[in-house]
Amino acid sequence: MTQHDPVTQHDPMPQHDPVDPVGLGSPAGRYRMLRLIRGFEELALGLVKSGEITGGIHPYIGQEAVAVGVCAALRPQDRITSTHRGHGHVLAKGAAPDRLLAELLGRTGGLNRGRGGSMHAADFSLGVLGANGMVGAGGAIAVGAAWSARQAGEDRVAVAFFGDGALNQGVLLESFNLAAMWRLPVLFVCENNGYATTLPAATAVAGSATGRAAAFGIPAAEVDGMDTEAVRAAAAEAVERAASGGGPGFLECRTYRFEGHHTMERLMKLRYRTPEEVADWRALDPLPRAAALLPPGRAGQLDASVAQQLDAAREFALASEHPDPAGALEHLYADGLRPRTGSGA
Amino acid sequence: MRLSYTKALNRALTDALAEDPAVCVFGEDIGAGMAGPTLNLLDRFGPGRIVDTPLSEQAFTSMAIGAALTGRRPVIEFQIPSLLFLVFEQLVNQAHKFSLMTGGQSAVPLTCLVPGSGSRDGWAGQHSDHPYGLFAHAGVKTVVPATPTDAYGLLRSAIADPDPVVVFAPAAALPVRETVTWELAPVPLGSARIHREGTDVTVVAVGHLVHDALAVAEELAPEVSVEVFDPRTLHPFDWTALAASLERTGRLVVIDDSNRSCGIGGEVIATAAEGMRLVAPPRRITRPDGTVLPFAPGLDRALQPSRGQLRDAIGEVMKHRAPVRPHGEGPAR
Repeated sequence: MTQHDPVTQHDPMPQHDPVDPVGLGSPAGRYRMLRLIRGFEELALGLVKSGEITGGIHPYIGQEAVAVGVCAALRPQDRITSTHRGHGHVLAKGAAPDRLLAELLGRTGGLNRGRGGSMHAADFSLGVLGANGMVGAGGAIAVGAAWSARQAGEDRVAVAFFGDGALNQGVLLESFNLAAMWRLPVLFVCENNGYATTLPAATAVAGSATGRAAAFGIPAAEVDGMDTEAVRAAAAEAVERAASGGGPGFLECRTYRFEGHHTMERLMKLRYRTPEEVADWRALDPLPRAAALLPPGRAGQLDASVAQQLDAAREFALASEHPDPAGALEHLYADGLRPRTGSGA
Repeated sequence: MRLSYTKALNRALTDALAEDPAVCVFGEDIGAGMAGPTLNLLDRFGPGRIVDTPLSEQAFTSMAIGAALTGRRPVIEFQIPSLLFLVFEQLVNQAHKFSLMTGGQSAVPLTCLVPGSGSRDGWAGQHSDHPYGLFAHAGVKTVVPATPTDAYGLLRSAIADPDPVVVFAPAAALPVRETVTWELAPVPLGSARIHREGTDVTVVAVGHLVHDALAVAEELAPEVSVEVFDPRTLHPFDWTALAASLERTGRLVVIDDSNRSCGIGGEVIATAAEGMRLVAPPRRITRPDGTVLPFAPGLDRALQPSRGQLRDAIGEVMKHRAPVRPHGEGPAR
């Protein structure tokens, strides 16, 4: 990789198509994004292992079909809120992998200038209103974004990604009510990966996920979350309905994370799921399924191009500067207020 | 014209809504204008901007954050201060943190208005807190106006501010009326107001206690010259103005209707002790540590700062004489 310019070339996706700037409109583009997310996560896992990423990450490996399928159904003007397991959503909405990686490394070139890290990665220019460290918190924020767009007379749908753990957060259920009462253009996407950290969803969620949405009169569907095309079709229907004034929708995407809840988990040697269960789900890996839709040889070409892009991302991120400690409280207030120092000076 | 505190808040909302189409109001019973500040707003601005919400504080506060992140300037009215405990996550852990966490990509111009903060006779344990210290501690901009003109001016500035702001309108200040002979105007956040100049002691009084401090100052005027200092915003606090006041008086009493431990009164005294002119040990008058207001009116009042306590504290600090300054170096004015 030569002459990598972080400012102008950090996003290798074709940017000339205003309708599909991220390139998710074709099976090849969707496969490429699946591979990009997978490769990004593997790269990040390596950087956690080598100690270059501190604090750990929540790997998305296994769940890529949800982010790619849903974002393939979105228009550039649509907005998303994400979760602590957010890299896939942020990338699928079009964020530059090199800047996301720099953010995970806490560098100035990061999406959030190194102030947010993995759990708070955001790109407001793309409608990515932030990954969020509090389970279920993004749901009502997306409802607010949907309300705001409608008040402004703008045609924008907001998507809230959340896990099965969020189904037990009161604020999320409250937000179902507001979205349904006010028929807001919002899509709730539950990524049911079966576990809230280590707690099996089967022992935590009374009734069903879709039943909870249905109770508020929100059309709800259960989707194979390992199948990008199935997710995309279901999301497209819900987005279309929301955008045309039909109110909110809810998708439960049944999926699985192949890795642990977070990268500390390997060290802790937790046993809350069997190797057989993991193997069963790995057999449903969304990547080969998406590759099978492409002409022979195409997936390999895309893999090579993604590998090249990720090499460049790694190079960019590691070369990006560490923030100056003197600026540790920059951006604390949007009006530039500088509070007193902690030393009493 | 006699302007009431509640009417001043109502006018601030009306003027802000009229001036900027991005301003909108969320809250419970605001269509009916039950708490006062939102009276008639629904008729004038319609349900698209004046949003009567279900009783879902966490969801509508989060929703207001989402709206603020995408171009609106929401104001939320909370009928009682204790509802803020329900939405501490939203205000402190989300709204306040977005700007830094996103590296300056986003701002949350959200205002929370809490008319009826603190004790109202007979509202008992769960309706009578003044939790402004919690927000100042967390770094959320925190405003406590004492007068109708300041209520108007500070609320206007809060709504125009790009950051989250909580405006506490103390219940005991709501009946205050003021003859307004000048144009109502925004009051900048972070600017204190000296209601009465003095040379012997600075009384820092928060919210409605400004009026008690003024009454006591008047009463003591023949013997003691009391400066009544109203911070108006607790965060950011106008430390420069406080230093200047103490330069004049050298003595400090803080009167604050919230709990003592880790309260704003302690912060004012600590900051003064660290680097301002003090010729006497300072005093603070607060509710007791960990106060829960009992229902019986006599018990309720027994726990609140009183004028008697203020008189006593002023007497205490006045026992200490200022060191004689060399000739020609009088107190800076």
